[in-house]
Amino acid sequence: MHEVGLMENALAIALNYATRDRASHIHQIALRVGDLSGVEPDALRFAFDVVTQGTIAERAQLKIETCPTVCYCNDCQREFRPIELGYECPICQTWSSSILQGKELELASLEVS
Amino acid sequence: MCTQCGCSEVDSVVLHSATESHHDHHHDHPSLARTVEVRERLMSKNDRFARQNREIFQANNLLVLNILSSPGAGKTALIERMAKLWGDRAAQVGVIVGDLATDNDAQRLRAAGAIALQITTGTACHLEADMVAHAASHLGLANLDLLVIENVGNLVCPAAYDLGETLRVVLLSVTEGEDKPLKYPTAFQSADVVLLTKMDIAEAVGFDRETAIANVRRMAPHAKVFEVSARTGVGMDTWLNFLQTQWVSSLVEVAR
Repeated sequence: MHEVGLMENALAIALNYATRDRASHIHQIALRVGDLSGVEPDALRFAFDVVTQGTIAERAQLKIETCPTVCYCNDCQREFRPIELGYECPICQTWSSSILQGKELELASLEVS
Repeated sequence: MCTQCGCSEVDSVVLHSATESHHDHHHDHPSLARTVEVRERLMSKNDRFARQNREIFQANNLLVLNILSSPGAGKTALIERMAKLWGDRAAQVGVIVGDLATDNDAQRLRAAGAIALQITTGTACHLEADMVAHAASHLGLANLDLLVIENVGNLVCPAAYDLGETLRVVLLSVTEGEDKPLKYPTAFQSADVVLLTKMDIAEAVGFDRETAIANVRRMAPHAKVFEVSARTGVGMDTWLNFLQTQWVSSLVEVAR
């Protein structure tokens, strides 16, 4: 469980951008979280309320956009979304280790004033 | 238009929880909230330190392993054995070992001939690149050619943190259950090498080798798999030969 540390990082990045933008309030913080990031959105929400206390982001909304896993099959030369555990191509049944999307863990944007 | 205060502000309306019926009125009328595009990884600070570490490791001709496993899979025993065998072959092994508390592991590793430094993480469930940077600066990297980072015993959080390692090594001990790779996809997917450990007791605990390897292949088709026993030494030579080859080829790469 390292969600508190991650939210501290997110807040530090957000405050940095808000300061640069001469904002006095942060109203919303939008994150992109991949299914393979190893992070639990609910735990992030919980951590968010804790770490934003007493900051200009205190009452901000946390928006989390989740990104599903997308793999690439080298044999079929096409993208696919794995349906089960493991990254098996639904066409040729080979296992892919090329993951195009799903590991995201980023601060996408802020709403400030 | 906002139905409660009549303001025409749409962009900055912020609901704080699902149960709240109306947005809070701390937003400043009439200034409009604006969107700031960020697109920065939450790990950006860790990534920066990891990049720095990688540069320092390469400059010192070091092969660096980041060893991940659940608690009790045999990380320390494996590194002890590696330190003894590597010591016989070439130079000393450096070890940075992370645990929530105690420096027992570092003491064990020093007794095995390694130069070991303990990072006591307190409540942190994983090592981060800046902790490794700090520890590495105290190790005397110039005298080493193999640096092993023993991560905190945990298959969830450490997987998310790049430490600047050359190879990520994930351990699966024969007592853990063959489906562990399926239960911890992120850790196994990130592995360059998977070591099946405690192979000396595989038969006694009814370890299904074929299923375990199939599950590893499924999550990490790219990973090299070795079967070892730190206690009897079975498989250790093959594993160390592989590391030596990797070390040589990393030197060639740097020379290019």
